[in-house]
Amino acid sequence: MIRLSEGMPEHSLKLDKKSILYVENLKTWFPVRRSIIDVVRRKPRLYIRAVDGVSFDIKEGEVFALAGESGCGKTTTGKAILRLVELTDGKVIYRPSKHLFEELTSTNPSIPVVDKYMGIEISRVPAKNFKPLRTEMQIIFQDPYGSLNPRLTIYEVLEEPLVIHEIGSTKDERAELVSRALEMVKLTPPEEFLYRYPHMISGGQRQRVVIARALMLRPRFIVADEPVSMLDVSIRAEILSLMMDLKKQLGLTYLFITHDLALARYIADRLAVMYLGKIVELGDTMRVIENPLHPYTKALISAIPEPDPRNRLKIRDVPIKGEVPSALMIPPGCRFHTRCVALERSPELMELCTKKEPPLIEVEPGHYVACWLYCKK
Amino acid sequence: MSENLLEVRDIKTFFYTAKGIVRAVDGVSISIGKGETLGIAGESGCGKSTLAYSIIRLVPPPGKIVGGEAFFTGRDVLKLSEEEFRREVRWKGISMIFQGAMNALNPVYKVGDQIAEPLVLHKGLSKAEAYKRTYELLQMVGIDPRRAYNYPHELSGGMKQRVMIAMALSLSPSLVIADEPTTALDVVIQAQIMNLLKNLKKELGISIILITHDLALIAEISDRVAIMYAGKIVEHGLSEQIYYNPLHPYTRGLVLSVPKLRGELRELAWIPGAPPDLRQPPPGCRFHPRCNVMMPSCAKEEPPLIEVEPGHYVACWLYSSGSR
Ligand SMILES: Nc1ncnc2c1ncn2[C@@H]1O[C@H](COP(=O)(O)OP(=O)(O)OP(=O)(O)O)[C@@H](O)[C@H]1O
Ligand SMILES: Nc1ncnc2c1ncn2[C@@H]1O[C@H](COP(=O)(O)OP(=O)(O)OP(=O)(O)O)[C@@H](O)[C@H]1O
Ligand code: SF4
Ligand code: SF4
Ligand SMILES: [Mg+2]
Ligand SMILES: [Mg+2]
Repeated sequence: MIRLSEGMPEHSLKLDKKSILYVENLKTWFPVRRSIIDVVRRKPRLYIRAVDGVSFDIKEGEVFALAGESGCGKTTTGKAILRLVELTDGKVIYRPSKHLFEELTSTNPSIPVVDKYMGIEISRVPAKNFKPLRTEMQIIFQDPYGSLNPRLTIYEVLEEPLVIHEIGSTKDERAELVSRALEMVKLTPPEEFLYRYPHMISGGQRQRVVIARALMLRPRFIVADEPVSMLDVSIRAEILSLMMDLKKQLGLTYLFITHDLALARYIADRLAVMYLGKIVELGDTMRVIENPLHPYTKALISAIPEPDPRNRLKIRDVPIKGEVPSALMIPPGCRFHTRCVALERSPELMELCTKKEPPLIEVEPGHYVACWLYCKK
Repeated sequence: MSENLLEVRDIKTFFYTAKGIVRAVDGVSISIGKGETLGIAGESGCGKSTLAYSIIRLVPPPGKIVGGEAFFTGRDVLKLSEEEFRREVRWKGISMIFQGAMNALNPVYKVGDQIAEPLVLHKGLSKAEAYKRTYELLQMVGIDPRRAYNYPHELSGGMKQRVMIAMALSLSPSLVIADEPTTALDVVIQAQIMNLLKNLKKELGISIILITHDLALIAEISDRVAIMYAGKIVEHGLSEQIYYNPLHPYTRGLVLSVPKLRGELRELAWIPGAPPDLRQPPPGCRFHPRCNVMMPSCAKEEPPLIEVEPGHYVACWLYSSGSR
């Protein structure tokens, strides 16, 4: 049978010279409010384990997709990296531009540096000292309708980050930067958009404004949280191609969050699939989609509809059972075991799968899977 | 009469708002045969839901059906009184699964009661009979009948959507209109719901109108597809015709904008601009401000919907001999 060495690592990822970001065993747990009665009865505090030990790295200049079903923890992962929610545990290392690195280390000698790598362990930077990092690390939120303040004109929306970060000394200088940004996202001529309010432009245009706002501070790393999922399919590709052009032009790196694996195939170099707070598979996008290894990824891929009427009437075989458990009660062992059909076919794994969490290990070059089926006996 | 189960002709439904008349459905004709599935696709706001509401005569105010006919099993149901329509057609003949409906379940009643109640009211079943039928219906949509005693919050999103489907089926309608039945659901559950609809189609022989903005989903089940733009049908035909040989420039843009999980990785297309304000749709072809092959005549006169090959209809001057 399978022997487990104690202290086996959680994953086999390594910090790499090409990485701009390295995330290790990241956890964000949200405490659930207890009633007075629970407190009196000393019921243990419950946690929503939204992100529960996520590890990956992102190479500079790449598009790294984080996929998975609703509630699996994608947004929370993105927010935790940018410290928009608290980290419960784990390590996040970011490699800033040379000049930001020098600025950070000279103004703040106690900043946690990962020496050889010229990286900063941003998970140990206190939230109040995070501000300079935000110039390089930005987020584009899921909902273009909710993420713009309806009372601000587009000019005001775009000027705001400049004011906060004290960029551009005069009003004219800032106006110039705002116009440049609008041109960059192809809202031209800028004068036509500057004094409109968000409700006076279309959804696609709003999302361009959101992108322009993220670009105001000249970032290098952007978390794009489902940037097109609220838009009509007919205009998605326009926004995506704009994002890809900007990436090339400005040397950006994207953490691209999406629930749409078909979309990931068009834009992402690498793909990670999350289930219930953890990455279950990670690798080159094409490889993962064409040759999924984890039983969950297999089910997910088989469920995706095709725009081809040949499949009509064919009943889709989706090899999965049951329903997603609550993030409050994540099953022990492999968190997928309650839904795994592969386990039914390999009863000899039962003991292991229900007791011990599988590590994320490299099963072929660059292709990582967290499943006992792929662990050497 | 033809053998169509439903034949809608030139239906018009407008919203009379303070800011003007919204021509949400502006002269739409569709038909659907027995056991057939028709998919209706188009961008947000093009009038898909309003068309569905018109067919089942539940257009919310300030909307009004202002013209057209709708023959269901041979008679124009738009001419019936509301009382007659409710007694003879709605739910019994034509039922609907509403967009975002799973949140429409009443949180204070058990789901079984919610399914059984219309059976008692409309069909005059006794309470015991109604519950027996409720169990059958739950079984049919793949839910353990014991769940009848659960409250809506005790069910997952996918289960609630199944309950809504069970309710739509409860009076054995011959036509079900499903408006975005899976939009808020994850792909795994979506695939399960689509499998369920496919089975219902096969086993019960019901006709389905599937409304969604998702062309991949429509391809999963539809025999025929209608593409809607700014309140009008711009193209319709057999699924194969629409997906393999789209003719209207709008349909072409739509089909090429859908990302595929498998097969060749062609660059995704998009349609520039945004759909028009339906209070003031553009003159001539409504698509002309966004069309990449627009001709000067397109802005002047509206193209008629004509049959360009058997069963394949297009409204575009590119295919009308009378254009130049
Ligand atoms: N501020 C919060 N307080 C408590 N629970 C939260 C909070 N934010 C998220 N959660 C919970 O954490 C889990 C992960 O949520 P998250 O938003 O990260 O998922 P997601 O993968 O982005 O989902 P979606 O695809 O729906 O956007 C969910 O169970 C969610 O309900
Ligand atoms: N109650 C209402 N009052 C005024 N206008 C309305 C009302 N309901 C819908 N409309 C308008 O009618 C048009 C068609 O709306 P409808 O909901 O039918 O579109 P849809 O194609 O179903 O869109 P979606 O894909 O977003 O569901 C839109 O322009 C919409 O703004
Ligand atoms: S570890 Fe076991 S339960 Fe988990 S996915 Fe693999 S086989 Fe299934
Ligand atoms: S009628 Fe003219 S504008 Fe309209 S779709 Fe055809 S070519 Fe384009
Ligand atoms: Mg999210
Ligand atoms: Mg609708």
